[in-house]
Amino acid sequence: MRITMTVDGTKYTDDVEPRMLLVHYLRERLGKTGTVVGCDTSNCGACTVHLDGHSVKSCSVLAVQADGCEVTTIEGLARDGRLHPVQQAFHDNHALQCGFCTPGMIMQAVDLLADNPDPDEQAVRQGLEGNLCRCTGYQNIVRAVRDAAQKMSPGAGPEAEQVADETAEATKLSRAEVQS
Amino acid sequence: MTSTAEPEVGRARLRKEDARLITGRTRWTDNMVLPGMLHMALLRSPMAHARITKIDTTAAREMPGVIAVVTGQDLAEEQGSLPCAWPITEDMKAPDAPAMAVEQVNFAGEAVAAVIARSKAEADDALESIDIDYDELPVVLDMAAAIADGADLVHENLGTNRCATWVYDSAEAGSGGAIDDAIAGAEVVVERTYRQQRLIPAFMEPRSMLVDPTGDQITMWSATQIPHILRWMTAAVTGVPESKIRVIAPDVGGGFGGKLQVTPEEIITFLMAKRLGKPVKYTESRSESLASAHHGRDQIQKLTLAADRDGTLRGLKVELLADMGAYLRLVSPGVPILGAFMFNAIYKMDAYKFVCTNVFTNKTPTDAYRGAGRPEATFGIERMMDELAAELSMDPMELRRKNWITHDEFPFTTVAGLTYDSGDYESATDKAMETFGYDALRAEQQERRDRNDAIQLGIGISTYTEMCGLAPSRVLGALRYAAGGWEHAAIRMLPTGKVELVTGTSPHGQGHETAWSQIVADQLGVPFEDVEVLHGDTQSSVRGMDSYGSRSLAVGGTAIVLAAQRVLAKARKVAAHMMECAEDDVDFTPGTFSVKGTDRGVALADVVVHAHVAHDLPDGVEATLDSDATFDPENFSFPHGTHLCAAEVDTETGRVRLRSYVCVDDVGKAVNPMIVEGQVHGGIAQGVAQALFEEAVHDESGTLTTGTLADYLVPSAADLPSFDTSRTETPATTNPLGVKGVGEAGTIASTPAVVNAIVDALRHRGVNDVEMPCTPMRVWSAIQAGGAR
Ligand code: FES
Ligand code: FES
Repeated sequence: MRITMTVDGTKYTDDVEPRMLLVHYLRERLGKTGTVVGCDTSNCGACTVHLDGHSVKSCSVLAVQADGCEVTTIEGLARDGRLHPVQQAFHDNHALQCGFCTPGMIMQAVDLLADNPDPDEQAVRQGLEGNLCRCTGYQNIVRAVRDAAQKMSPGAGPEAEQVADETAEATKLSRAEVQS
Repeated sequence: MTSTAEPEVGRARLRKEDARLITGRTRWTDNMVLPGMLHMALLRSPMAHARITKIDTTAAREMPGVIAVVTGQDLAEEQGSLPCAWPITEDMKAPDAPAMAVEQVNFAGEAVAAVIARSKAEADDALESIDIDYDELPVVLDMAAAIADGADLVHENLGTNRCATWVYDSAEAGSGGAIDDAIAGAEVVVERTYRQQRLIPAFMEPRSMLVDPTGDQITMWSATQIPHILRWMTAAVTGVPESKIRVIAPDVGGGFGGKLQVTPEEIITFLMAKRLGKPVKYTESRSESLASAHHGRDQIQKLTLAADRDGTLRGLKVELLADMGAYLRLVSPGVPILGAFMFNAIYKMDAYKFVCTNVFTNKTPTDAYRGAGRPEATFGIERMMDELAAELSMDPMELRRKNWITHDEFPFTTVAGLTYDSGDYESATDKAMETFGYDALRAEQQERRDRNDAIQLGIGISTYTEMCGLAPSRVLGALRYAAGGWEHAAIRMLPTGKVELVTGTSPHGQGHETAWSQIVADQLGVPFEDVEVLHGDTQSSVRGMDSYGSRSLAVGGTAIVLAAQRVLAKARKVAAHMMECAEDDVDFTPGTFSVKGTDRGVALADVVVHAHVAHDLPDGVEATLDSDATFDPENFSFPHGTHLCAAEVDTETGRVRLRSYVCVDDVGKAVNPMIVEGQVHGGIAQGVAQALFEEAVHDESGTLTTGTLADYLVPSAADLPSFDTSRTETPATTNPLGVKGVGEAGTIASTPAVVNAIVDALRHRGVNDVEMPCTPMRVWSAIQAGGAR
């Protein structure tokens, strides 16, 4: 089947088998190996990407289901050489060790903050429930997400929404650049 | 190069590794693609014990994209037997361990056939067309039954399921008295039996390997903790000269001992690539990983603790059964033996005896998992100290204080024969007790008991130590381990002023690139940013013993210091020559040499160039300042600490909530306190997971029923609380950095702290044990049963 999707700002058109998972399309066809596979039962969240601005486990979506959609992976999160505030916060708070869970964790955290710009500890823990990390014990991940929340919208809750919008905006922008 | 005012060691430097990991520019083995690369899929036995009566691969060979299908029979000539490097006794029974089963399968998940195809999907599809018949054999699962007379046998040809029995007796070793006398003469004797459930390391990156036979060498990328050992052992198993094998561990996503292995998958992939002359990649699925990558723990511990009425310990007897599973992997038999020296922990006693019998069953082989033998030991003794305290109606911390080695008694040779170089249990405990608010919590506990509150409060203590920094080679030799315990480092002083540090350690999340840069920066007085750490490739890191057993810093870090000292020793000669003075007159402050008592000086950077161009070197001095060193430790290192856990137990539902968790660890000097803290967090999480959530369960046919991450309960963020972690710093006296190691501490300490808290909450209800994992069902049942007394 022929599908077209925009991934990290670039438009791709490909023929894929109907059974191909989005994560395999990203990794094997597009070389987007920043997104990884950690399980075969949709439990680990390592494969989390954004599909039209919301986080999904890309191992539980078929590539054909993403036809016509915009996908953002960990590789498309930084802009103009500047890290996304959540990426920066993961670095600043030592929220990763081996880093295998990190792409999925960051993508999920960005989505979480779009929904809830100022989550308390429990809200962060609940929001990341679908993403497993074996290294960190989560404590610094929680710290990082709350730190990012502070940095993204100092004192003003609804502003955090902007990040999602900005990301979408940037996606559109760079897609336009690619198309022109 | 300038001298840094503030020393690098001790600074919470943000990690160099992060840049690639947070942006997805990572090199996991599975990311790699080579021209002509083929994909392998493995057919695994659903049976735990069976004879293979037929395998027909004809149909599979005809499937689209399939290049080859092989069975154990096809590999029988080349595959040899997987290595066990730790034959713990002279008469240890070791079964043949083929990478792929030939005639018989001995655990569910064992590989029985491989398909190599042009794509992974095609390889997977073809597996279904392999026609295989089994003749079921009786399944051996229970350790006690396995060693009873007339038991069914896992390996018929061994004639027994007993692998080996290993004994440490303080009377025989001369490190203490006779245990029987100690028990006979004691006023109080407490006996308990504990079960260390089977666990799965569950590193997040599934194992993956890619073998490229193109060219004169065979290159193997593998998600391994042990590239150097893997190279050595692959040569030993396959007969391919070691010099023709290059192993690379690129970015590796966690290990926890689970990737301290020479796996069947690596050997099969290696042989297939060699046979086909094309690169072959194999990446396991999570389900394959849970069933076939080695498991950990799985012991039955019978413990007898003898003491006087005033709480003075007399002796400890430890009788273990340890489940090896179906085969002996790299260090399987030695894992429980690492615990032999740790059951006596931080306590003084007259006599100690340890007897461990390793047993074969039809389950996945066990091997190292974070702590490897030491968590089991710490759990055993720390649970027993609480039981004894209850028996004596003594405060459990008071009992510990009464018996532990005091700070002025170091170095101290224990009843298990180890000499602990340093420690300060009092300081760590005092600090932890204060933060925790021990007295207030005890008061609240009493109050809840008095009003028979549905939510009861328990306080769990674990005052642990561990032996790490593995290991003095002569000790390993005495324990019949096949390899040494040294580590290697090389420093290359590049003419551009940059420094390459080549380490034999092989990180997979520990942050060596950052911490090792800090050490080099201090030693040489070069900027942290100018140090590049190279690791994990046997072609650049030519010597190494890899990363496990909290050894990397204490052993590998010391090798770095020694290599740096050699760089400076040589630089001093060259600098003296450049400054036209005697070597003895040269002073070194980080980054600069000077002539004593003058303002004449030369920067290290200039000495580097001078030595590199070699136009004018003193006689007998070779070009470049590059140096290397190997360090073999004299002794283990002994981190310690006090972990305190307050748990609320809902007596109506059995639900456990960890209300607070406080720990003070002493890992010696912290090179990077931020990384240390992260290791402690993750370590505690894994220990808590053993106490509350995780267990590898097999049904009566030997099938793993916890075969996915939906069933094997690796905790999520929502399952865990925050931990209050801090440190005391009592430097190790056995290495120049004063470091001890931190990788395993949290895991070793936390499991008994949590279980002690749960039991403590329910002790007044007649409960003196809850089997792990302490699920609501188990806790509730223990309450109903009113305990085992
Ligand atoms: S790979 Fe585990 S949830 Fe997608
Ligand atoms: S950092 Fe290793 S799994 Fe999360």
